[in-house]
Amino acid sequence: MNRYLPWIAGAVLVALPFVYHSPYPLHILILVLIWSFAYTSWSIMGRFGLVSLGHGGFMGVGAYVTALLWNHAGLSPWIGIPIALVAAGVLALVVAWPCFRFRIVGHYFALVTLALSGIVLQVITATRDWTGGSLGYTPERYQGGSSIYALQFADKETWYLIALFVWAVGLAIWYAVDRSMIRYALEAISEDEDAAAAAGVNVTAEKLKITVLSAVMTAFSGALYCQYQMFISPDTVSGIAVSLQMVFAVVVGGIYVALGPTVGAVITILMAEGLRISFGTKAVGYDNLVYGVLLVVFIIFLPKGILGSLMEARWLRRSPPQRQVQPGPA
Amino acid sequence: MTAVLNVEGLVKRFGGFTAVNHVSFQMEQGEILGLIGPNGSGKSTIFNLLSGTLKPTAGSIRFRGHEIAGHSPHSIINGGIGRTFQIPRPFRRLSIFDNVALAGFYGQGRHSRSAAFEAAERALGLVGLPTDRHAMVDGLGAAGLKKLELAKALATGPQLLLADESLGGLDEHEMDQAADMLRAIRKELGITIIWVEHIMGVLMRVVDRVMVLDHGEKIAEGLPAEVAGDPRVIEVYLGTDATAVHAAATAARG
Ligand SMILES: Nc1ncnc2c1ncn2[C@@H]1O[C@H](COP(=O)(O)OP(=O)(O)OP(=O)(O)O)[C@@H](O)[C@H]1O
Ligand SMILES: [Mg+2]
Repeated sequence: MNRYLPWIAGAVLVALPFVYHSPYPLHILILVLIWSFAYTSWSIMGRFGLVSLGHGGFMGVGAYVTALLWNHAGLSPWIGIPIALVAAGVLALVVAWPCFRFRIVGHYFALVTLALSGIVLQVITATRDWTGGSLGYTPERYQGGSSIYALQFADKETWYLIALFVWAVGLAIWYAVDRSMIRYALEAISEDEDAAAAAGVNVTAEKLKITVLSAVMTAFSGALYCQYQMFISPDTVSGIAVSLQMVFAVVVGGIYVALGPTVGAVITILMAEGLRISFGTKAVGYDNLVYGVLLVVFIIFLPKGILGSLMEARWLRRSPPQRQVQPGPA
Repeated sequence: MTAVLNVEGLVKRFGGFTAVNHVSFQMEQGEILGLIGPNGSGKSTIFNLLSGTLKPTAGSIRFRGHEIAGHSPHSIINGGIGRTFQIPRPFRRLSIFDNVALAGFYGQGRHSRSAAFEAAERALGLVGLPTDRHAMVDGLGAAGLKKLELAKALATGPQLLLADESLGGLDEHEMDQAADMLRAIRKELGITIIWVEHIMGVLMRVVDRVMVLDHGEKIAEGLPAEVAGDPRVIEVYLGTDATAVHAAATAARG
């Protein structure tokens, strides 16, 4: 039963837009999938104690580079997105390498990356002649808004399937990391860098690998968001608020489990939509306030997140008490 | 015979304090060297310098013909030096097996996962820990943690093992076990070992040669029996375990 569950769930998710056409719920689902992918991208490094508050910056690079190359250079997103991903990867290297090389860890790493969020946002607003500044930016429509070349689709069903596919790939990457030796190295590094190095781990290189992977994935989520919404603004895809929202969603959902970021996305998006519907434009910014308060509550009372805690409770009920190992004779 | 390790004029200063002061020594292939000295005499600091955990202030470290002083720890470990930490530093979020498999993978050039798992099984077998994949570190006591530390170092496939043992927390039986283990490891793997230990009685029965440190300086070096009879060594150890030194010296002679 448990073995087939992912396949059944997958089939239901793929079939959904063919039987259920209501645009608003489909729109919400697409947003949930795109943000789930973004949060999963953050958690790929966040789960190892590499808490970045700079991921809004990577998302912004993904979205703006793609859109700017399309509007100003006429480059199709098929080329623009890879360029944006490389740009995000290089930015990640430039910021993270000195941090890792000089052992800036924990809170200090979070602070350095926080600055990155702010800088990317400042650059977008300062170059308003190109980017539209805080008013936002719209990629030019191509052939009535439906074109594979321009990666623009008018119907929500197509976007839903694209977002679903990307989300599934994000989960696959999460599992691939989880099963590879790099997880061992990063768990070790997160506990004790010197001891990891004494086991032969190149601490700086392993941290850089996961950071670049995470940044590139996050940039991709930004590009996808841009192509879907056909409108981006510095506040929705970059900046400190977006970075904090990533941390919040992942911590609430569950930082150590594959589907934790997805649960976090469901919660944050339903909450933001709920606030928007109940309070209208008066509530702009309320969600950030609520995130802030809830984040503190979760870190104190439920550090493994909603999904993480549920899974642990179920696992504890099922499995026998943990074995104690007696060291054998020499 | 060629020297596996050739240390010359090694110096380490922390601010104005000199922890290691112009220490030079050599090691032959397959030898066990005992490194002794009172608390704070610089033994662990020498290990940190040899393994790259700390960068020397001055001096040269040639390992198998290559200069390694100041190199990064992961490259030194991959080059064939393995080390333990005096206070065990296990990775508690990984199982015992995965702790050792990590060292087997990253300490030997990241070639193959299956080779790393084999190295882990061999290392766990050598130190006498179970090769069960899921047993967690939290189940281990003081002796078990020391064994895990040794298994991690062995899994990196060292030519030179730096064992910062200090069996202080262990009872006499466990100490004998540890001594037998190091001897067995040398026999099995044919590797060169530096063994740091406070308690000289056990050490003297195992090592080929002894080097004594005091305040970061080498004050004596030689066969266990010679060193144990050295007046400077007796002076340094006076009031601590001078009687043990004497007993060890007698044992070594007889
Ligand atoms: N990272 C460091 N920073 C400053 N001082 C240090 C550092 N590491 C060691 N020391 C000092 O250097 C001296 C030598 O320490 P070391 O740990 O090498 O001694 P040891 O011979 O291993 O002692 P023990 O027998 O207690 O293990 C001590 O005075 C210690 O306080
Ligand atoms: Mg020491």
